[in-house]
Amino acid sequence: MATPTTTGAPYDATPVATPAPFDPAAERGLLVVLPHPDDETFSSGGTMARCADAGVPVTYLCGTYGDMGRRMGRPAFANRESLRDIRERELTEACAVLGAEARMLGLRDKCVEFEDPVEIAERVRAVIEELDPSTVIAFYPGFAVHADHDALGLIAQLAVRSLPAGRRPRLLAVAVGDQEANRAALGEPDVLSDISGTVDRKIEALRAHRSQTEAMFVKWDEDIEDEQGKAFRDRLLGGEKFYLLDPHHVTDYERNRP
Amino acid sequence: MHPIDRDAVQAELDRRRDQPVYLHLETTTGSYTALGPEKKPPVIAFVRNAQVTYARGVVTGPGPYRVGLKLQDGWVYADGLTDFVVSERDELLLAGHDPDGHLTVALQLSMRPFREA
Repeated sequence: MATPTTTGAPYDATPVATPAPFDPAAERGLLVVLPHPDDETFSSGGTMARCADAGVPVTYLCGTYGDMGRRMGRPAFANRESLRDIRERELTEACAVLGAEARMLGLRDKCVEFEDPVEIAERVRAVIEELDPSTVIAFYPGFAVHADHDALGLIAQLAVRSLPAGRRPRLLAVAVGDQEANRAALGEPDVLSDISGTVDRKIEALRAHRSQTEAMFVKWDEDIEDEQGKAFRDRLLGGEKFYLLDPHHVTDYERNRP
Repeated sequence: MHPIDRDAVQAELDRRRDQPVYLHLETTTGSYTALGPEKKPPVIAFVRNAQVTYARGVVTGPGPYRVGLKLQDGWVYADGLTDFVVSERDELLLAGHDPDGHLTVALQLSMRPFREA
């Protein structure tokens, strides 16, 4: 039997720290940096809409056009060559719902990790310097399932790190996939955004990403849910959760990259 | 896209043979298979805008269909193709889709390079 300690081990009786609420009134600007059209809505659409409602400028810097996605709508209405423009239009529509401005980095979908991270980080840094947001949302490098997610998460972290102290926005990181495994590795999320007031717009923005979400909504509407759908609905109702990521923290992902 | 019409696809393959054409060849399970019930790692490969010249290109099978392109020094092969279209840019787009409409395989040929992001 393990002896109880006071160091925060899992068997410790110390209550789990409550995440701090996300407060749009405390924000000067929100910049979301993620690789695909729809990542913004899935991860933080409710929080983006909350900021927009509070008059906080919201920008989505989107890494790629999602042009290598395999979801083509249900039934399929897109093809490999038309998908780029379709997803760009879907993103414009979703950002209009969420009250955000969309900007593109124009990288090739699935290939973000093969770019020079420092070079792309300089472009992200220029956007941060221009917009001066109080918070940047990005994926947590190494806890984001998709290689593009991890790669652009690190790039966003490098961009924030490269700014002089005092000019650095707060970096909120999104962990995706197995939430229990993420909790075991990272602890409880630090920030919880209550999106009960904006969840309808989050769902409307998800529907705007029609080529990517139509199959999911068909299942929802027929009440057939796979594991991914169930996990997503639970997350939707539980609010949007973020880890406060120190820009100088060297993650295992960064340590192990080529 | 439309369900493959073998004669129409064969005519499009014949129209592009014996000259350098740009190839997009791809197969994908999707990037999120690790989140599925079987927790399998994704398997994805693509080649975009490689130039090839084929002397013989054939579509076969009862559907899903196969396409083979005989190059001077090798082959291009795809199985599982279900749908096709000739795009506004005169690209021959062949793809396979699963019952959810997700793309599983693509073989595309164009006289001009396919668009890059």
